[in-house]
Order: sequence, then C-alpha cells, then structure tokens
Amino acid sequence: MSYQLENGTLLRAAELTPGVFDWTLSAPQIAAKARPGQFVNVQVPGKTLRRPISLCGFDASAGTLRLVFQIRGEGTAILASLPEGTTLSLLGPLGNGFPPPEAGKNVLFVGGGIGVPPLLQAAKGAGENALVCLGFRTASAVILKQDFEANGNRVYLATDDGTAGHHGFAADCARALSFAAAYACGPAPMLRAVKELCRERNVPCWLSLEERMACGIGACLGCATPLLREDGSVYYGHVCKDGPVFDAEKVNL
Amino acid sequence: MADLSVKVAGVSFHNPLIAASGTFGFGREYREFYPLSVLGGISCKGITLQERPGNPPPRIAETPSGMLNAVGLQNPGVDHFIEKDLPWLQQQGTRIIANIAGNTVEDYCAMAEKLSDTPVDMIELNISCPNVKQGGVQFGTTCEGVGGITGAVRRVCRKPLMVKLSPNVTDIGEMAAAAEAAGADAVSLINTLTGMRIDIRTRRPIIHNNTGGLSGPAVFPVAVRMVWQAASRVKIPVVGLGGIATWQDAVEMMLAGASALQIGTVLFTDPMAPVKITEGMNRFLDEQGIHSVTELTGAVRAW
Repeated sequence: MSYQLENGTLLRAAELTPGVFDWTLSAPQIAAKARPGQFVNVQVPGKTLRRPISLCGFDASAGTLRLVFQIRGEGTAILASLPEGTTLSLLGPLGNGFPPPEAGKNVLFVGGGIGVPPLLQAAKGAGENALVCLGFRTASAVILKQDFEANGNRVYLATDDGTAGHHGFAADCARALSFAAAYACGPAPMLRAVKELCRERNVPCWLSLEERMACGIGACLGCATPLLREDGSVYYGHVCKDGPVFDAEKVNL
Repeated sequence: MADLSVKVAGVSFHNPLIAASGTFGFGREYREFYPLSVLGGISCKGITLQERPGNPPPRIAETPSGMLNAVGLQNPGVDHFIEKDLPWLQQQGTRIIANIAGNTVEDYCAMAEKLSDTPVDMIELNISCPNVKQGGVQFGTTCEGVGGITGAVRRVCRKPLMVKLSPNVTDIGEMAAAAEAAGADAVSLINTLTGMRIDIRTRRPIIHNNTGGLSGPAVFPVAVRMVWQAASRVKIPVVGLGGIATWQDAVEMMLAGASALQIGTVLFTDPMAPVKITEGMNRFLDEQGIHSVTELTGAVRAW
C-alpha cells in the first residue's frame, strides 16, 4: 500500500462532450506513484463521500494527473462545476491497476463510454501493439479517440447507432483481431463479451470494475463485488482494494 | 496542553476519540496515514462467531449530509480476528475494543468467552446492526431484549462490557437503563438510523438490502439528543457517536453527556479527521482554561 492524501490543484478543465469532463490536476506525489488502471478518491465540496475516479493519465515528471469523468449524479455535477484553480483533496493512487502488457505482443483494449479513460495510460507504452476497440452510443459521444491514436495505437471505433465506425459493439470489432491478452472497462454486457472472447482464444483477460464506494482503501467493505473462488463458489471481494482490475476468470459477471 | 485522557469502565484512553466499528476495518488501512495511537481506541469491524460474506452490492448510497450503508457484517469470524488481527492491533499503541454481533444468545456468549482470554481492552455488544436480519438487532429494540442479552453475556464476559444501542427505538433512556441494570459497564450510542433511498428511474432501492443504516452529519443532532437522554438516565459512562465530523461536534457531544466519543463516517470524507479533531479540542480546552477534557462530560446547561 502506498496511497496518500494530497491537495491537488485543478490546472485545466474542459468539457469533451456534453457531461464528460477532462481535468488536469497538479498532484506530484500521487503522480509519482501512479500506475495505469489505478484511481483517486476525490473529495467533493459539501458531500460526505468522495468520488472514485480512474486515472486517465499521469505524468510523473510534470507532476500531473488527468481525470476524465462523466456527470452521473450530484457529486460529479459539483465536481464538473469547479473552476480552474480549485484545490481538492485527493486520496490515491488507489487500487491495483493493470498488469503491464507483455512487450512486443499484441494487446487488446476494449472500452465502452466512460469506461474508455482508464485504458488510455495502459495503452500508452504499447504503441501499435495496442489494438484499441472503443464503443460509444453515438458519434457525438466519442471521446479520447485522438489520444489513443497519438499513442500510436491501432484504434477501432464502434457506435450503437452506426453514426461513426462499426454499427454495433466494440467487442464485435475485437473478434477479427489477434492478441495475446485483453484489458477491458465498460458496461457489464461488454465485459461479458470480452471475457467470453478471451476464453475462446485462451488468453488472459483483465477487467476494470466499478462500484459505489466509501473509504476507497479497503476498510469499510462498501464496494463489494462478487468474485469466484477456485472451486467456483462466490464470495464478495472489494473493488477498491482487490481491484479495480480483476482477472476475468475470477469475476462473477 | 489540556489533559485529553478519559476513563470508561475502568479502561483509560489517552484521548476520547475511538474509531467507530465498521468504518475502520481492523486498522491496517489507516496506518498508512498516521500511527493509530492518534486515536484513544479502535472499535474493530463487527465480528461474528463464523465468517460472514456480507450483503450483495450496492451497499452504499450518499444521502443529504450523510450516507446509507448495508454492508451486512462481512467479517472473517472471531477466530481469525484473534489469530490474525489482534496481535498486530496490540502493537499500535491504542485501546482495542472488540465489537461482536450474533444471531443467538449462545453466539454472543461464545465470542465473549473467547475474547475474555485475549488482550482486547473491552467488548462492545452490537445489538443494533440494522442491516442483517439476525445480526442482533432483534435483541436491541426492546428493554427485555437488551436486558436479556446483556445479562447473559455479562455472566461469561471477563472484560469491560459496553452495549451499543440502536436509535431505532421510542425511548433510548429505557434501553440504556436496561443495559445498566443487566450489568453493562458502559453504553455506546447511536448506531445508524434505518433509512432508504430509491432510484426514481429504475424504481429500485439504491441499496440492494432495500434499507440501510444512515450515518454522517445528518444524524448528529439526533445522536446528541439521545446521548443527553441516556446520560441523564444512567450512571455508567455513555460513549457518544453519530455524525461527529469536527472538533466542535466532539465538544458538543461531550457536553451532552459523553465520556468518550466514536467517529466513523467522517473518516470517509477526511481520513485525517482524528488528528484535526484532537488538535481542535486541545486548542479549545486551552482557550477555555479547562485542564481536563473530562470536565466537558455532561456539562450542558440545559434549560
């Protein structure tokens, strides 16, 4: 464990698409320790609970974190309204993060909607070995496509309504690809599809999950998620401490 | 610097702040922020005779100035606690309170007996968990229930015994009196108030258990009132909890009649709260020329 509290300063705030915000925060201590797939628990002015937000990116040398989040309720609406220059208490980096991809092998990334941001930093070092399938509702909801392209990743786009890229699901795009491991974050049907595909191919699959959370560090046991033991029986693990990234074979989807 | 030490049921605490059960695990996660000796004590996550899996998610919902939870007493069982958690906790320089919950009188007694042979400083009888059908609350909402379970555990318990009371009752004073009459050395209150939130679009309760326990600043005035009523009714010490978030709240709760305090939900907002609260209390006591924090207990000048 190596998380800490740090007051972060909101350096830049932009709205990527309606309701989706892109923040750059100065938080050098957390940035120095962060790994792809981890998250921070962000204090919300006037609220009792912090909000867990995945790291979309971090830069240890610049001392910055990038958070891309969607307004989901009152807490995220308050965060979205904060002006640049605001100081916020951040708790992080939290959780386990994605295991580093094996060098030189193709790795599949599948992200859906607001599940896309946690994948960006993990795909960064993989260049063209990263096969990135991104799914959104519609063309105007597409986020971060250029960021993956700037990583040198190969990007495959899908939309539910066919207004951009493949008309269908991001996981459909993955079927035509060949890869040695997969990372995914998004709605449950997407995660199930990616898990199933990886089973067929017999390759490791890592899923990033979310759950309503309180402490963020494994003390309150609030963010339970059903996991599978070796013998197939189900128990409750916790997204904050055991995850947010889980071996798909251990997740009871 | 004023003297922050307090004594509850013969156990001395170097300051009146105790981490509330269920919010602090067994302490390890918060050790990353500070030595646990910043707290006078830790009331450990509620333990049961056997391991419990807990409730299905979602277990958490935010509410105005508070939160609902229905974790459902997920815990590794009393034997695991004694073997794996207690030896580490003992080295942290703070008092250890074992919070126990059960399904039957026999469960509570078996745990109290086991824990009597360990170095825990105190046992907190949890008869007020609202989130488990058979988690003890069946004992906690009538005087007969409170008296019966307290008396039964008292007969086998060789540790100071504190009974954690439910606020989901008509007269908290009656409950405190029933615990005292049956041999409790202290009472702690309040556990959470039963609450509910519903998602208006899906029409589903936000918490899978449908209802959950409300905590946080929202319950603070209720807790102050109940601590005042209980402390006016019994001679044994009252440990006050429920929504304490600032040093001012801590002082207020002691004025209402608390001999010591527990803090919980505020840890989720700010893990540094114990440090800030003790610093603030210290400054206040100095400003007021008060030498010992114990002088605050019950010092409210009620109209």
